[in-house]
Amino acid sequence: MSNPLTTREKVARGLGRRRRKEAVFKTIGLLATAVGVLFLGVFFATLVAKGSSAFQQTFVQLDIELSRDVIAPDGEIDLAFADFDGLVRTALRNEFPEVSGRSERRELYRLVSIGAGYQLRDLVAADPALVGTTQSLWVPASSNVDMLIKGNIDASLDASLRPLSDQQIDWIRKLQQDGRVDKQFNRALFTNGDSREPELAGIKGAMMGSFYMLLVTLVLSFPIGVAAAIYLEEFAPRNRWSDLIEVNINNLAAVPSIVFGLLGLAVFIDWMALPRSAPLVGGLVLTLLTLPVIIIASRAAIKAVPPSIREAALGLGASSTQVVFHHVLPLAMPGMLTGAIIGMSRALGESAPLLMIGMVAFIVDVPGSLTDPATALPVQIYLWADSPERAFAERTSAAIIVLLAFLLVMNLAAVILRKRMERKW
Amino acid sequence: MQSTTLILSLILMAAAAFFFGRSRSLAVAGGPGHGALLHSLPGYYGYYVAIWALLPALLLLFAWVFIEPRVVIALVVSELPDSLQALPAGELNLLVNNIRNLAAGDVVSVDVDDSLRNAAAMYNEYTRIGQWLLTVLAAGLASLGGALAWRRIEPDLRARNRVEAVVRWLLIAASSIAILTTIGIVLSVLFEAIRFFQKVPMTEFLFGLNWSPQTAIRADQVGSSGSFGAVPLFTGTLLITAIAMVVAVPVGLMTAVYLAEYSSRRVRGITKPLLEVLAGIPTVVYGFFAALTVAPWVRTTGESLGFEVASESALAAGLVMGIMIIPLVSSLADDAINAVPSAMRDGALGLGSTRSEAMLHVILPAALPGIVGGVLLAVSRAIGETMIVVMAAGLAANLTANPFEAVTTVTVQIVTLLVGDQEFDSAKTLAAFALGLMLFIVTLCLNVIGLSVVRKYREQYD
Repeated sequence: MSNPLTTREKVARGLGRRRRKEAVFKTIGLLATAVGVLFLGVFFATLVAKGSSAFQQTFVQLDIELSRDVIAPDGEIDLAFADFDGLVRTALRNEFPEVSGRSERRELYRLVSIGAGYQLRDLVAADPALVGTTQSLWVPASSNVDMLIKGNIDASLDASLRPLSDQQIDWIRKLQQDGRVDKQFNRALFTNGDSREPELAGIKGAMMGSFYMLLVTLVLSFPIGVAAAIYLEEFAPRNRWSDLIEVNINNLAAVPSIVFGLLGLAVFIDWMALPRSAPLVGGLVLTLLTLPVIIIASRAAIKAVPPSIREAALGLGASSTQVVFHHVLPLAMPGMLTGAIIGMSRALGESAPLLMIGMVAFIVDVPGSLTDPATALPVQIYLWADSPERAFAERTSAAIIVLLAFLLVMNLAAVILRKRMERKW
Repeated sequence: MQSTTLILSLILMAAAAFFFGRSRSLAVAGGPGHGALLHSLPGYYGYYVAIWALLPALLLLFAWVFIEPRVVIALVVSELPDSLQALPAGELNLLVNNIRNLAAGDVVSVDVDDSLRNAAAMYNEYTRIGQWLLTVLAAGLASLGGALAWRRIEPDLRARNRVEAVVRWLLIAASSIAILTTIGIVLSVLFEAIRFFQKVPMTEFLFGLNWSPQTAIRADQVGSSGSFGAVPLFTGTLLITAIAMVVAVPVGLMTAVYLAEYSSRRVRGITKPLLEVLAGIPTVVYGFFAALTVAPWVRTTGESLGFEVASESALAAGLVMGIMIIPLVSSLADDAINAVPSAMRDGALGLGSTRSEAMLHVILPAALPGIVGGVLLAVSRAIGETMIVVMAAGLAANLTANPFEAVTTVTVQIVTLLVGDQEFDSAKTLAAFALGLMLFIVTLCLNVIGLSVVRKYREQYD
């Protein structure tokens, strides 16, 4: 140690290194924060890119003769058995008279969705006077044509690699030149139930299923959750039992949701013999799932009511129950409602427990009551995501956009409620 | 929905009872001006009568919902021909299901003969009688209870205390539901798991290396014995969880550090809600993203680097799961960092340390218990996560630690075993409950430890 350093020099020597470390650390933090935000951006971008096209659908204009011979062979309109598909086929043949041969014609028929027949039936049912006339109608194109028009099928590929033949593509191009192909708003997505045909599949059934389930969940979990929170905050003696309940609630909030599904399967379906796939059972399971969320939020809301309110009421002679129900509860209500909305939005996005209780069935009908077989919006997303057809991938993204829109509205409502009603004591 | 109508009419009856009780209390007091003679406010007498009208009838209704189907089935079965009654329990169950379907006018899986048709008619008849009986009994009980309570009204009746006692019990009942749920979970999973372990020894389940739950539907089918060694599932779950943690813990922690120490108020105001959005996205959406966007990307990237990547690689599922868990880790770490008294940070800065040194040497060590607790909760969340792995991870049980291969997890197997047609008491179905039991026990332990560590730590600095 010939030249002992002073402390000041020691510090000065290390300073550059330490400042570099500081900068590196800060950059790492910034990058980490960016990862989450970046993912969110990429996620929404891909979602919108993939899903937005599903809100439009390709329609083909055909001149369809509603022939009396086909629709009303015996003089009376026979909606159940009339060959409406045949009318559509005739119209297609008239459009392309040069097409002959069985297999060629069959290819031609595949340009139009089987939903065209249903559309004709509904049209005739609504207005029987149309029978015998020729109508120029926009009917849904088949999903492959839809994909081609939207540019999801590469026409330059070899014919064996794409689901449409060269001939079919030529026909479509000809229809396009005649102005008989158009993209319109996809109403089917919001008015139909599920379907095997992508162009006819909609989310109305799933939305109604989710609606009924949330109805059950809200009706049960909000009163029960609030009551439990009131007891635990205002009345429960500090003893083992209330400690146990408290630990329990916190734990239940972290139990994997699939376990609640197992509970629902064993208790509600196997033991109580409630119907499978019913929104009622789904709602019961989701109630158990959201109760902890609502209880925790409600307790926080009750805690936020200042003790002076309670003391004033007690001093004026109110009983402890009157204090709670006349004074504490109304003041805590906004916070409780916020908690309920957040609980509901969690229930809306939940799908794993619903798989356990049979809500994954392929259900075409729109459920009309609590015990009809139904599916839910997130489960519908799961089902569509599994389908191999290209067109379903697009619809899955669209269904996700709808689901996220609902969640966004609910969370915004919660935020606004909190801002509006928040009271500083 | 006859029960809905019944409940609605019961509620109407209770409302009527309220008004009768209220006016009666004023009448016994000697008119509207003499309310002060009553022990309680008139409204409480109304509630008192309404409770007596509503509660017993509702209890009857709930008991009925449980008991009635069983009684009806027992009655129908007792009138079946002897040859059918002698069937083993499983087939009898199937028969009963068919009768029920036939009665509801649905499609039936067997040939319909006269005895079946008779039984279905009988079933409908008994159900109808049951509905009538219930309506009469419930209405009768409601009127009876209401009338009795109404007669007991007198000025000295402590109506408020009685109503409040009932309210208190209702509150206790509501808070006990949390306990009941836990008991329900434990019992339902435990009983089925015990039945499973009667068929498959527990040692094979816990230590066996081979998982192929395909059991035969018919006894003479080839390959009839499934094997239920769950070790590949446990390792698969751990592999995906580990990948998720490798993503979530550093990123979440550094995000919390950056937001707590470096970011401006404005950046924090924007970033925190964005992370909450990340936390609010349903898992099925993450699953879709993992399967359709991340998995192909991982595959092509991996292959261009010369790795062999399965299309349902553990890496893709784990990466997306990690991203899902970032908000959880960062918010728990944020809590832990904020709970450290600012005097400690100020002291470190005052002694001349840089901000990163203060963070690394003082704040993070002090916050460590809270962070560890948070990480445990995150691990439990990852282990129990279902939809992402169902959609993006594989189905085949592979015993491997290679993140590029497809592995399956406990939750995936629970879903695949229980979705679809199967008998309720086959080993295959019961295996799902055994897996559920494992899942519940492991996550419960992690949660209990994590929550208590987080709480104890918070109290330490308060």
